[in-house]
Amino acid sequence: MATPVPVTAGPLNKAGLSRNDYKGLPSTLCAGCGHNSIANQIIAACYELDIVPETLVKFSGIGCSSKSPTYFLSRSFGFNGLHGRMAPLATGAIFGDTRLRALGVSGDGDTASIGMGGFKHLIRRNVPMTYIVENNGVYGLTKGQFSATAEVGLTLKHQGTNPYMPVDICMEALASSATFVARSFAGDPKQVKELIKAALSHRGIAVLDIISPCVSFNNQENTLHSYTWGKDHEAPLHEISFVPALDEIELPGEFAEGDVREVTLHDGSAIILKKLERDYDPTDRGEAMQMLEQAERDNVLVTGLIYIDTSRPTLVDGFNLVETPLNRLGEADLRPARETIDKINALMF
Amino acid sequence: MSEKITNNFSLTIATVNGFGSQTANVTLLRALFKMGIPVSGKNLFPSNVQGLPTWYTIRLSRDGFTARRDETEIVVTLNPASFARDLAMVQPGGAFFYADDIKLPLERKDISAYPMPVKALARAADVSSNLRDYIANMVYVGVLAHILGIDMDKIKQALAFHFHGKEQPIASNFGVVQAAADWAKQNLTKTDPFWVEPMDKTDGLIMADGNTAAAIGSVYGGVQFVGWYPITPASTLAESLNVYLPMLRKKDGKQTYAVLQAEDELAAIGMTVGAGWSGLRAMTSTSGPGISLMAEYTGLAYYAEVPIVIWNVQRVGPSTGLPTRTAQGDLTETYFLSHGDKQYVILLPGSVNECFEFGWKALDLAERLQTPVFVLSDLDLGMNQWMTEPFKYPDMPIDRGKVLWEADLERTNGVWARYKDVDGDGIPWRTVPGNMHPASAWFGRGTGHDENARYTENSREWEKNMARLKKKYDTARRLVPAPVIEASADAEVGIIAYGSTGPAVEEARVLLEQAGGPKTAFLRLRALPCSQEVGEFVQKYERIYVVEANRDGQMRQILSAALPDQASKLRSACHSDGLPLTAKWVKDSILSQEVK
Repeated sequence: MATPVPVTAGPLNKAGLSRNDYKGLPSTLCAGCGHNSIANQIIAACYELDIVPETLVKFSGIGCSSKSPTYFLSRSFGFNGLHGRMAPLATGAIFGDTRLRALGVSGDGDTASIGMGGFKHLIRRNVPMTYIVENNGVYGLTKGQFSATAEVGLTLKHQGTNPYMPVDICMEALASSATFVARSFAGDPKQVKELIKAALSHRGIAVLDIISPCVSFNNQENTLHSYTWGKDHEAPLHEISFVPALDEIELPGEFAEGDVREVTLHDGSAIILKKLERDYDPTDRGEAMQMLEQAERDNVLVTGLIYIDTSRPTLVDGFNLVETPLNRLGEADLRPARETIDKINALMF
Repeated sequence: MSEKITNNFSLTIATVNGFGSQTANVTLLRALFKMGIPVSGKNLFPSNVQGLPTWYTIRLSRDGFTARRDETEIVVTLNPASFARDLAMVQPGGAFFYADDIKLPLERKDISAYPMPVKALARAADVSSNLRDYIANMVYVGVLAHILGIDMDKIKQALAFHFHGKEQPIASNFGVVQAAADWAKQNLTKTDPFWVEPMDKTDGLIMADGNTAAAIGSVYGGVQFVGWYPITPASTLAESLNVYLPMLRKKDGKQTYAVLQAEDELAAIGMTVGAGWSGLRAMTSTSGPGISLMAEYTGLAYYAEVPIVIWNVQRVGPSTGLPTRTAQGDLTETYFLSHGDKQYVILLPGSVNECFEFGWKALDLAERLQTPVFVLSDLDLGMNQWMTEPFKYPDMPIDRGKVLWEADLERTNGVWARYKDVDGDGIPWRTVPGNMHPASAWFGRGTGHDENARYTENSREWEKNMARLKKKYDTARRLVPAPVIEASADAEVGIIAYGSTGPAVEEARVLLEQAGGPKTAFLRLRALPCSQEVGEFVQKYERIYVVEANRDGQMRQILSAALPDQASKLRSACHSDGLPLTAKWVKDSILSQEVK
């Protein structure tokens, strides 16, 4: 195996890589697009987590969001599948080498319209991957049609007024028994980064719904998926920080016992949740649903870790696979021995 | 009684779907097979869990013909709903066996009629009341055994096989068979001419269905990932994988494979493409409607060059069509699947044994060519039991195609290009996830890409890549299974057929000769694209009949396009009514066109 060599200088992480090693191609999205900010936070999160790019596999569907996997981690394998069909693509692909981490980037159209079925089944199976929805309530690539997450009553140029109720990605994820559900806002990069780090360290499906304003088609000041609205209405559940497995967990000193909640992940890393205005328990699915319902009534953008369950087995856990990655097995393991064929013929009558 | 007719007749059993008659029918088929008599069985079942009429036909042919016949000499019925139809079905001089509780008029005098005390004997059976309806089917097995002379030991053997050697069900079922045979001996007088006698024509053969064979073949082909969604008549293929993979492919108790039932065919193919891209031997199995849903990802797999295998066990379309009947109507659907320019490799197994063989070969071809490979079977081949040669262990090592691992990339200093034709065969090299070399990764996509898999909308790059894909398809022409040709020097016309219609054509050639029709040569096509032999065969004869079980002559359409200068020679003998073609129909169709 080759040792990755950093291509440019800069501080190296524990994997011996610089931030540049996590970069992708230049973005071809609009200037100011929330998706670019998320791509930068993915780079930062992977760099800070010391992830070797070759150990991560990227997936996407079709849409503006789905273009973004080429804007980060050029050294990672990736597959840009079909519109709305990232979920099954990733589900099959993770079996190639189950040691790898999977990161998917999808959009609200890709996930909540055309890909809703696959999205829910991916969650139901607890496919071990981070699933980021770059949610802007609108179809960008096809020039500004409503998506399924657009709020009812939203008026867009050329489209008129949306008469239908929006799909709440987090609510759908919870209803499908997701084991990690979070929401963030592209205008809150620190929280985005911490949640991505937590999601990448979670064992199971991690759904991260990030409100990511579309500067071209859906950024009116008073609409849910805009920067202005997000900034004015964001209500974080906690102040969140992620502590990697190898670091000693030190609670911020100024907080009294009970102000901070710690969720330990399977690899020993932890999410530290600092209590803000209320007591919120992210391990209670019922409370999570109620909280989302209340947030909608109150017209606020609640962000943070909404729900986590670290106990459920993943899809891969259910298969009792050999240790060697399946895609490295040779003929001896793939073709039954010659003498078995007579036994099989005897079974045929 | 007229002259004895031995080992040369058809027997149809009419029952109600969902009450276990399949066990009795297959027991009869297997017992006759073990007596050394060539047999074939066709299950004509409704799209229904329980309650609708169902028929099972067993053909005994001392000459070894296995195609379906329309005529049936013997009919057994337990179903009052189909009684009149069943009675009318019996050939003059035939025999009719019926449950004696059916009180309907028996108007025919030209046949032998035998009542059977089905309910009384089932009531006397040593089983719990909930099994009575099921075991009642054994009554006709016993009565037929006595009247036709079926070897009781072979029946017991067949039951032992069916019940996996479990003593209690074998004993209770055989008990009913014996009681019914005894009753027939005491109460019935044979008045029909039909007999069975032992032969040695099935020595060394096995009996299996094509879906099971396909599954086992795939297991020997090293299949590692299967994403599938239930659909008749393909479901038993994936279900068989769930039987044989655990049996044959565990290493120290751990799986070297994963089978996943998807939420729909869109997902089944998506998973399969993902797995194929990640370096696994990946396949899915479905039928026509599922293929429709798989169109988009299949096109992506063709263009992104992802190796996958797709089994299409055909049923009758369009639409939901006749879901439990057979046809070869998905050929053009499959051949032209998905938008834009594309070309697929399609394998056409013509026997259960070939289902096994193409099971492993398809996986080799997919990885060698880095492309979707379809295998077109059908309900007749996939779900019916056939006599067949035993499965042969693959005679070639597994072919993983062109894959670069870390050591390979170190040798090239990381220099490689995903879509570059370095070997002149149109097939590029690939890497798969998990390769830790820093130059290994590439970004897969269905969008326009250059040799390095980078996104591009450049016209020249697009065309160059599409030309290479075409070249790759020409390489496939040399790698796919060659046709099987039966030629004779004095043949006047050629016949081309494929898949499950082979047996009808084989028999039709004999019938044509007997009827004073033309001498024929026969080419059984085993794959698309056509290899060179196909063109040569067509060249040789003035008239070529393309025999197939669909309305539109789909293979003739494809061959006409592939061999435009020969197209006017190609004639269709095509027909689709949901049933396997008969030899008589093939003969009549050719003869009627010959006189024109």
